[in-house]
Amino acid sequence: MIELLSGNEAIARGAFEAGVTVASGYPGTPSTEILEALVAHRDKVYCEWAPNEKVALEVAAGACLAGARCLVTMKHVGLNVAADPLMTLAYIGTVGGLVICVGDDPGMHSSQNEQDTRHFARFAKVPIFEPSDSQEAKDFTTLAFEISERFTTPVILRTTTRVSHSRSLVTLGERQETGRAIKFEKDPPRFVPIPLWGRVMRTKLEDRLGKLRELAENCAANHVEWSDRKLGIITGSISYQYVREIFPDASVLKLGLSFPFPDALIREFAAGVEQVLVVEELDDILEEHIRSLGIACKGRQFVPGIGELSPGRLAQAKAAMEGKSFSIPAPPAQAADLPARPPVLCPGCPHRSVFYALAQHDVIVTGDIGCYSLGVFKPLSRIDTILCMGGGITLAHGMDKAGEKRKIVGIVGDSTFFHSGLTGLLNIVYNRGVSTIIVVDNRTTAMTGHQDHPGTGRTLMGETTVAASIEELARACGVKRVRTVNPYDLHATQQAITEELNASEPSLIVSSAPCVLREKKRPGPQRKINSEVCKKCGLCLKLGCPAAEGAKGAAPVINEVLCAGCGMCEQVCKFGAVAAVEEGL
Amino acid sequence: MIAENTVSVVLAGVGGQGILLASEVVARAAMHAGFDVKTNEVHGMAQRGGSVIAQIRYGTKVHSPLVPEGTAAVLGALEQIEAIRFAQFLAPDGLAVVSSQAIVPVTVSSGQASYPEDVPQRLAALFPRLAYVHADKLAAAAGNTRTANLVILGAMSNGLDLPAEAWQEAIRTSVAPKHLDVNVRAFDLGRKAV
Ligand SMILES: Cc1ncc(C[n+]2csc(CCOP(=O)(O)OP(=O)(O)O)c2C)c(N)n1
Ligand code: SF4
Repeated sequence: MIELLSGNEAIARGAFEAGVTVASGYPGTPSTEILEALVAHRDKVYCEWAPNEKVALEVAAGACLAGARCLVTMKHVGLNVAADPLMTLAYIGTVGGLVICVGDDPGMHSSQNEQDTRHFARFAKVPIFEPSDSQEAKDFTTLAFEISERFTTPVILRTTTRVSHSRSLVTLGERQETGRAIKFEKDPPRFVPIPLWGRVMRTKLEDRLGKLRELAENCAANHVEWSDRKLGIITGSISYQYVREIFPDASVLKLGLSFPFPDALIREFAAGVEQVLVVEELDDILEEHIRSLGIACKGRQFVPGIGELSPGRLAQAKAAMEGKSFSIPAPPAQAADLPARPPVLCPGCPHRSVFYALAQHDVIVTGDIGCYSLGVFKPLSRIDTILCMGGGITLAHGMDKAGEKRKIVGIVGDSTFFHSGLTGLLNIVYNRGVSTIIVVDNRTTAMTGHQDHPGTGRTLMGETTVAASIEELARACGVKRVRTVNPYDLHATQQAITEELNASEPSLIVSSAPCVLREKKRPGPQRKINSEVCKKCGLCLKLGCPAAEGAKGAAPVINEVLCAGCGMCEQVCKFGAVAAVEEGL
Repeated sequence: MIAENTVSVVLAGVGGQGILLASEVVARAAMHAGFDVKTNEVHGMAQRGGSVIAQIRYGTKVHSPLVPEGTAAVLGALEQIEAIRFAQFLAPDGLAVVSSQAIVPVTVSSGQASYPEDVPQRLAALFPRLAYVHADKLAAAAGNTRTANLVILGAMSNGLDLPAEAWQEAIRTSVAPKHLDVNVRAFDLGRKAV
């Protein structure tokens, strides 16, 4: 059967067909939809959202040592969090197959950096597969499990945004069960890397890498497409598709298993063509290696390494190589003065009032990653730093200890708090800090598409479970001043923030109201502005709500399709110009 | 530069307008018509009310899921200025289907920028083949204002050589059964509007 699947759905299908029985991950664009698709097979595959990527990988490591085939999913920066277990799991090795699917984001469509996961494969000395479309995403997933078990190694499957979020046709196959009984076989020298045994593992790791190098030479994922021998292009991942488009006549060496490098294959290919060009996104990993083999090649001097590639950018590189000029058709002159349309907090978003309230104080706000990151944009402009998940809490403490005179407020979301906020909070209390932490708790992981987390009371499998309480966790860390506010009550929110900012001890405010986009239910009646009462002061527009449309010199108008009925505009208006719409609630 | 027989389609709009569904319908229609298909979509951050595009390509063999600038046979925009923002994707002889809907960005409401007042003139100057469609009115007529995406799709279908049955089948397999009728009506109204 043939189906139109996204790369992520295809990976889920591949894992299902490979007989996976345990899957764990943490949401992150572009990897999120893999587990959401895989959980459709919940009768055969146990799927869970872990609180963070390190936990996810460790859960899978445990399951794999007991003999299960396991899939782990995360975005590129998630592997930084999971790097610790990865590095040593490579030493211990696997029993059941273990594949870590990591989504890279060249172009930073939805990420804070553009790091290249291929480095991690080399770093941890584990193989890495890179599919270039959905069919390969499925095929490489099943192949990755086979390799993982044959060589007892974790395997990375690296996608990029364009692979994960492109749909293409996929031929489905049947599920293969492992047939292996789940039973952990005790064997300390194999599973316990105390130095005595770890040194043995270290040597075995190199032996295994040697065997994987041999495999790479003959692996089905690596192949040559001979054509015109004047130019030979070495490429992989989505870049391969752009190469086929822009260089239809060139010979191509496509590396689907891109580490360990197939040196003999590369040499053979290079010898068969007059000129070698390397086309890879992000870092020059392949190119550097090919040069180290003594093979002359072109690459980064023509192919951009910052941002993602596209057929247009590759056509430009081709023209430059040929000494011609080609410019990608640019947006028309008529687009030059168009208003920018960056992402914004939804109409009715419960996060909005917290930023609005903070705008009344001269404080520093160390923010974090989630929908609430959007509080950085005008007119709210109420986030001063973002580093990484959990950083909203720890940076606040660091600035405080550095002696920053202004009060520092750290903001994190609920999913972020469970991901990596707790240890930072513990640190503030332990080390006698005084920061104010606000957890904007919308009961979901909204930014990545509304996944459950330990605070929601529901699992990925759809079961109800214990909902961890942020307030109780904070108290257990030793925070004495813990309070909860309803962010739709602007006055109460302002008051809570003012009081906690004046406290001389650490405090934590939970701003608690569910995400309106997820609830699909208005928190209150829609509003309208009475243009006769409105003094056109523009205060309501300071909320940055997409439903409140301002025009120069006229009273703002509330868009009746967009208004979610949060009532914030009514609460900020000093003239009583905003009122609830009577009917049609 | 690109394989001659690959047809490219670009959809533009504002996150939350139903672009993902529209792109799925185009892709399925092409698939039902027997073509190789690739699409590309935007998830995550940009989905929160930002400018978004989706791209669909079909033909005997499609390589890149990204549409090279200047090659799309049809550009469909669910919001009028988004058509201008992404106009460079359209081929010189391509069809632009543009909804008359205007969604004011927060950058305008907060006084950082202004929404152009001469949109129809700009569209006319940019697109020799332009269908300016009152998609929200037609969607309301179909029975649900949220089906403006299918209205635009119906209008776009006039510029694509895919059989009517393929479109119907694609809509049937992409929308929930309880919303099928209203979506089909919206599509048909759009198809007749050009
Ligand atoms: C290490 C790491 N893992 C995953 C992500 C992807 N990510 C960005 S924001 C976010 C979740 C945010 O959820 P929450 O904190 O509840 O805020 P909300 O979006 O709901 O406002 C995730 C998972 C990331 N940026 N970094
Ligand atoms: S999805 Fe939810 S949390 Fe995110 S901006 Fe919209 S309402 Fe706010």
